[in-house]
Amino acid sequence: MSNEERRTIRRERMQLVVRNKTFLVGCSILGFWLLLSIFGDLIAPRGASDQDFEFVSVGPSFKYWFGTDANGQDVLSRVILGTRLIVVMAFSATTLGTIVGTAIGLASGYFKGKFDMITMRLIEAISAIPVLIIALLAIAALEGRSPTLTVIVIGFVFTPNIGRTVRAAVLGEAELEYVAAARLRTERTPHILFREILPNVLPPIIVEFTVRLGYAIFAIATLSFLGAGVEYGSPNWGSQIAENWGNIYSNIWWPTAFPALAIASLAVSVNLISDSLLEVFEL
Amino acid sequence: MKQFILKRLGLSVVTVFLVAVIVFFLTHILPGNVARQYLGRGATEEDLAEFRRVFGLDRSLLAQLFGWIGDLLHGDLGQSMQYRGPVSDILLPAIGYSSKLAGVAFFLIVPISIAGGVIAAMNRGKKIDRAITVGGLSAAVIPEFVWAIVLVLTVGVTFHIFPVSAFPDEGDRSLLNQIWYLILPSISLLLVLFGYIARITRAGVIEALESDYMRTAVLKGLTRRKAVSKHVLRNALLPTIAVIASQVPYLIGGLIAVEIVFNYPGFGTILKGAVDARDYSVLQSGVIISSLVIVIFQLIADILFAVLNPRIRQKVSE
Repeated sequence: MSNEERRTIRRERMQLVVRNKTFLVGCSILGFWLLLSIFGDLIAPRGASDQDFEFVSVGPSFKYWFGTDANGQDVLSRVILGTRLIVVMAFSATTLGTIVGTAIGLASGYFKGKFDMITMRLIEAISAIPVLIIALLAIAALEGRSPTLTVIVIGFVFTPNIGRTVRAAVLGEAELEYVAAARLRTERTPHILFREILPNVLPPIIVEFTVRLGYAIFAIATLSFLGAGVEYGSPNWGSQIAENWGNIYSNIWWPTAFPALAIASLAVSVNLISDSLLEVFEL
Repeated sequence: MKQFILKRLGLSVVTVFLVAVIVFFLTHILPGNVARQYLGRGATEEDLAEFRRVFGLDRSLLAQLFGWIGDLLHGDLGQSMQYRGPVSDILLPAIGYSSKLAGVAFFLIVPISIAGGVIAAMNRGKKIDRAITVGGLSAAVIPEFVWAIVLVLTVGVTFHIFPVSAFPDEGDRSLLNQIWYLILPSISLLLVLFGYIARITRAGVIEALESDYMRTAVLKGLTRRKAVSKHVLRNALLPTIAVIASQVPYLIGGLIAVEIVFNYPGFGTILKGAVDARDYSVLQSGVIISSLVIVIFQLIADILFAVLNPRIRQKVSE
């Protein structure tokens, strides 16, 4: 396949993606959350730690659209201000995992042999520990409550999946003529890996990135619900739910229901995007 | 085939060994003094030395690692730092509870997801197909604890259909009643796993529907419905079972979240408690046991895949 043909295919696929309804719906919801994560401070009606002691655990009203929690804090403002943390964490964790995973997958699929054998065994071992356990374990071991640590841990946990996807794609590419040609031109290995092979395995990497992004939101929300990666006081959807969970039995549903809806809609929006990409790229 | 299984088994042993090493080092890179943390500020040097001796912390890291693996091979899970008793006394009952939850969840998940996949495949391209595939996977990316909240708020608190805790506190502890309490937590697991399994079943059924033997069956005069139940399902089910086996890591991860939300005294709750209390002996053994379960199911999945597709047998090492 010549470069020209590849380019045409790529353009046609992009048009298919842009016309896909599922994709557009996903993008608009994600766009909404991205806007809130950037301009949240300007939009939120109240500060994250403002307390109103005359309105404690009061349901949704004209003054407080989403009601107030047991501390007299505005649920709406805390949901808006909590957006930035989960969005930034999810994107950084996925980016980290994708970069490291791509490097490992490229090397593993290209060099094969012993290196491949060893990395595949390690990847298998890491995937045999449930993500949640490995994250809790690492966060306990490193005594960390910082979001940065959670990001690193989740990025690390995602590396195997991305590495495996990239490796599979590289195994197919490495057999092709342009790689042999580059070798005959005595190009250096990094050049072959990153300049020749990488551009051609980008589609599966992009799809994998969006799939992992969804899981990152899933994992970060769950971990913050369990108390990992949480900084005291700063608004965080997962910990908001954890703090107010006990009250839903007395029918105070609003401090948990709204952050829960926020997590659900953010995760679903990313899934709609990755789902439509999967469909178009026929993976 | 025998050779394939042996080779795969060997690789599984390597995986479990690597997991043991990873877990060991993760729990041993911690800063701080474990003995001091457990015994408090008032402890004398002798007390600290005794604590380290009892838990083997006075040995070199490598000696600890191999000592621990040796004990594991003898079925000895060690002593809990937090409860001062054998780890097995704490973990085994919890695993029993978790197995009950997993069992109820499994009986709910498998038939419903397979039915969903078959319905989607039979209505390929129609609205109901889109609803099942897109809806199923969208449901799968919402964390279990969020589903738990939705379920508790709707069918639990508002409509009082299901109990909102996972365990009957007092009174009726019959098996049937315990299962009744486990339905709501199981539904949160179902919602997360339904999408994947339904999608694989759908793919299998579609492939079978387009196959030659299906054409023959229709030509033979079987109705579509009969042909599906007689021929398609049998051929589409095996890959589905293999995929279900490979979903076990997610099921175990989900169990932990769900148990904590519903305050169910299972494996996940114990593990979370061990993380919070830095009870390394419970943690290490717990993680190894869960990995062992995962590796066993992965092995079963691989063998099933190989039975289905002889080509896989030849390239085991990949």
